[in-house]
Amino acid sequence: MNNNNRHLISILMENEAGALSRVANLFSARGYNIESLTVAPTDDPTLSRLTLVTSGNEQIIEQIIKQLNKLIDVVKLIDLSETDAIERELMLVKTRATGEQRAEMKRLAEIFEGHILDVTDSTYTIELTGRSEKLDNFLRAVEKDAILEVVRSGTTGIARGQKALHA
Amino acid sequence: MEPITGAEILVRCLKEEGVEYLFGYPGGSVLHIYDELYKQEDVHHILVRHEQAAVHAADGYSRASGKPGVVLVTSGPGVTNAVTGIATAYMDSIPVVIFSGQVPTALIGNDAFQEVDTVGITRPCVKHNFLVKDVRQLAETVKKAFYIATTGRPGPVLVDLPKDVTITKAEYHYPKKVKLRSYNPTVKGHAGQIRKAVDLILSAKRPMIYTGGGVVLSDGSTELVELTQLLGYPITNTLMGLGSYPATDKQFVGMLGMHGTYEANMAMHECDVLIAIGARFDDRVTGKIDKFCPGARIVHVDIDPSSISKNVKVDIPIVGSVPNVLRAMINVIRDEKLKPDTHALEHWWRQIDEWRGLESLRYRPSTEVIKPQFVIEKLYQVTEGKAIITSDVGQHQMWAAQYYHFDRPRQWINSGGLGTMGFGLPAAMGAKFAFPDQDVACVTGDGSIQMMLQELATMKQYRTPVKIVNLNNGYLGMVRQWQEFFYQKRYSMTYFEALPNFVMLAEAYGHVGMRIEKPGDVEGALREAFAMKDRTVFLDFITDQSENVFPMIPSGGGQNEMLLAERDEMVSTHEEGMVLV
Repeated sequence: MNNNNRHLISILMENEAGALSRVANLFSARGYNIESLTVAPTDDPTLSRLTLVTSGNEQIIEQIIKQLNKLIDVVKLIDLSETDAIERELMLVKTRATGEQRAEMKRLAEIFEGHILDVTDSTYTIELTGRSEKLDNFLRAVEKDAILEVVRSGTTGIARGQKALHA
Repeated sequence: MEPITGAEILVRCLKEEGVEYLFGYPGGSVLHIYDELYKQEDVHHILVRHEQAAVHAADGYSRASGKPGVVLVTSGPGVTNAVTGIATAYMDSIPVVIFSGQVPTALIGNDAFQEVDTVGITRPCVKHNFLVKDVRQLAETVKKAFYIATTGRPGPVLVDLPKDVTITKAEYHYPKKVKLRSYNPTVKGHAGQIRKAVDLILSAKRPMIYTGGGVVLSDGSTELVELTQLLGYPITNTLMGLGSYPATDKQFVGMLGMHGTYEANMAMHECDVLIAIGARFDDRVTGKIDKFCPGARIVHVDIDPSSISKNVKVDIPIVGSVPNVLRAMINVIRDEKLKPDTHALEHWWRQIDEWRGLESLRYRPSTEVIKPQFVIEKLYQVTEGKAIITSDVGQHQMWAAQYYHFDRPRQWINSGGLGTMGFGLPAAMGAKFAFPDQDVACVTGDGSIQMMLQELATMKQYRTPVKIVNLNNGYLGMVRQWQEFFYQKRYSMTYFEALPNFVMLAEAYGHVGMRIEKPGDVEGALREAFAMKDRTVFLDFITDQSENVFPMIPSGGGQNEMLLAERDEMVSTHEEGMVLV
């Protein structure tokens, strides 16, 4: 009951100025935690899709969902952790790539199905997508002082099967 | 259709909404709107003396009448002053629509004169807010604002109006209806849940009905009274729910919570089925949450799903409006000729009557010094229990709630959620606008009244005669009480070494002032004051400085751990309780 489980909540909301701050405000005002948050307009330009990762026990998650639903701008939402869902995160990593490191880094990127997007004589910039754990694993596999910069998009997701969230 | 300015559009919209009174204060960014108001006579603008009072007055008007309150303030300080009023309305779910001026759209974000991020500042304390950037969206936005404020769980909605929008022209079209794809409150309760709830309710051996402000806001009093009397169960009201069930009825066991009656709190603690209606299990009601109603299965009716299982996990939740759900329950019980367990009920009532026998609201009378409770009792007698009573926040608020027996909803108006000192006087003025023919009294204290004193001028200007019942003990009494109990009588900053002469002050504003120092003069003064129908009278009652509010559940205590006046040794509360306020 008191287990703090990770939840991936995906929200369809009105694409209006301030809509994002209403969500962010709700989390800070009520002391909920946001681990990551991604937002962009959908195919319907009047709607935005916002996906966030939060954690809490059953009661807290229930409150988060109710409070989000209460926001006037929120059209619909789904707790993707409660269904079979595909989760993806994008990561861009700039690494050192000199001497022997150069071949090693390329090999590692290939193993993780990454792409090298930019090359200099001393660095690689690698793109990786996948579940967050996969991205974590990549970072663990790379020597710590080889990492120059890490940019992550935060997790987004979609339900498997015929179920679709739309207005 | 001839295009008209944004200011004209706004005023027309207000007329369409049937707005009688607009409480406000002018300023640079709303000049075009004020100019339009000047040209018409349907919407009466009430010029307050501080923007906080504008919102409290609109709020009081709404609580008394059930109609939305409407406010107009200027940008910058106009709106920041209004924030306390907005937050007050938000915490008690009062439908208020606030129009605020804003700097012209071209200057937004430039730190312009009298600019603040109004939408940002008010976001956490409104149900919703809008910034209108295009005059063509103005009318529809106004319609949405009223719709959102007054439906579902009501609340304040703010519309921010940049100055250029009020002078730009557009064709006027006011939509008859608005539909929002993202907002569609559930009004009708789920039939299956209602059926389950009825079964549980009728199976109770020791039932308890606990109702809050939601019954008042949804005008569900008729259904509540009918259901309660059909069942024969005991009922308690929260501070916000007082009046929704007649306090003089024998099934009413008084208010519950921190300063509730012994019988109400004990019955809550011992009940086996709790029927919560339009109440939100606030911390002032529950006391220590894990000691709350330990043996009860709980039915909870509320229009706001987020109120359900927020603080206390409930067994049968029903989302819907109170009158709707209660009517459906009554129908099930009537149609199927269902009966409660009368034998168990008799037994339960005997127990409750025993608790009642303790007379937890008894206080030690005095012929020397005026007891504050005595003033409220006399106020109740003199007004025959019929006046609209507003209050500020503190000891006087609790005494008004305990000793004035409210028999009808919307008769008791106070800031329960936010606990805003200064609310009482402007709220009384607002209530008087709604019901000019009814007696309105503001029960206040020497601390609270000084927070909104300037409104005495507004009340003079508009001739809204209110009787101000000031329980003057020279202290911030409720804080002093806590310092006495929990801080070894270290009265830090709770004694006013200087108070104004309230009689002269009232007279300076053109009202009548009276100072009452002897218990024997209390009733006479009240009669004299209420006989002056067309005058605001400031009754300054000099009361016992050491009087405390009892019963009391010290924070951290359970509902069965009450302290009764003069019977219990006051013990310092434990550390865990000190953290809770």
